[in-house]
Amino acid sequence: MTTAALWTTVLVASLACFALKLGGHLIPRSWLASERVSRVTTLVTVALLVSLVVVQGFADGRTLTVDARVPALAVAALALALRAPFIVVVVLAAGTAAGLRALGWG
Amino acid sequence: MNVLPTDPAARAAARQGVSVAVATGLYGISFGALSVAAGVGLGPTMALSLLMFSGGSQFALIGVIGAAGTPVAAIATATLLGLRNTLYGAVVSPLLQVRGWRRLAAAQVTIDESTAVAVAQPEPAAARVGFWVTGIGVFVLWNAFVLLGALAGDALGDPRAWGLDAAAAAAFLALVWPRLAPRRAQLVAGLAVAATAVLIPFVPPGIPVLAAAAVAIVVGLVAPTSSAVASTDEPADELAVEPADEPAEELGNETDREPVR
Repeated sequence: MTTAALWTTVLVASLACFALKLGGHLIPRSWLASERVSRVTTLVTVALLVSLVVVQGFADGRTLTVDARVPALAVAALALALRAPFIVVVVLAAGTAAGLRALGWG
Repeated sequence: MNVLPTDPAARAAARQGVSVAVATGLYGISFGALSVAAGVGLGPTMALSLLMFSGGSQFALIGVIGAAGTPVAAIATATLLGLRNTLYGAVVSPLLQVRGWRRLAAAQVTIDESTAVAVAQPEPAAARVGFWVTGIGVFVLWNAFVLLGALAGDALGDPRAWGLDAAAAAAFLALVWPRLAPRRAQLVAGLAVAATAVLIPFVPPGIPVLAAAAVAIVVGLVAPTSSAVASTDEPADELAVEPADEPAEELGNETDREPVR
């Protein structure tokens, strides 16, 4: 991505995100009171985040691979199950992947 | 800011806001480091943090850019993830009762954490204090730590040697974890995993994520409403504002009640 394209992407996406926030403050609450609307919004968030876990954890370009990221994700899941704070989860995952790679795997 | 807390409920809300702001701000370090590792320079990284200011959308945008996705895919993913902030805005707006530039400021700091702390409060005054302390606190600390992480990330070298790619995956996992309690969310998560894995080899980066969102929209539209399926055991389905922090549990019990006003 060129510098101009990168800046355009950043600014357009930021503006869109701000417009969505402001829209929530401006529109009458009843417009979003529909159960269907709140359900779609909630489910879209879940689907996007889960999909991003798959992309960040298993994709190498257009190939699906199993490398040091997979055991790192398993450690992260264990930490989350034990209710570890966000920063601890992220650091444990990074440490697991970095450690495995230092040992010559993944 | 005329939010000097005097009553005990407001002081408690302020304390809660500060602790959430510190915990959330800290992980700005990981965003800053990951962003420069993904090839987004220091300037655009800080622009994202200051202007977009929504963790999930920011991580998603740099994820698509790092995977050499198109600008359209990056913008679409980040924007769809920001959709939930519209819902949050509609929830907190009646509590805040602000106009003019303060409304713009309120909109910018309308995120998972500020909404969660606000709606967890027992009375409107405390909700306002909770919202502003959390929102402004996260804004200041998040941006400070993103800067720190971006500067440190620049000096790190190969991000894979430090496990930063795994850290990004773990960050998304941690963001989605508290939202996976309802059965319908688990169903959608399973479908999203399948759609993403199947599509990755065949379509450009960024598209599998959008396909997963499309699956969620379809399920959300066709699934029967709760009046038809007696799903009163799923209060969190209504408003999944659950940061990985203390207020999360309290919020889970609050969402089926009439919001404070």
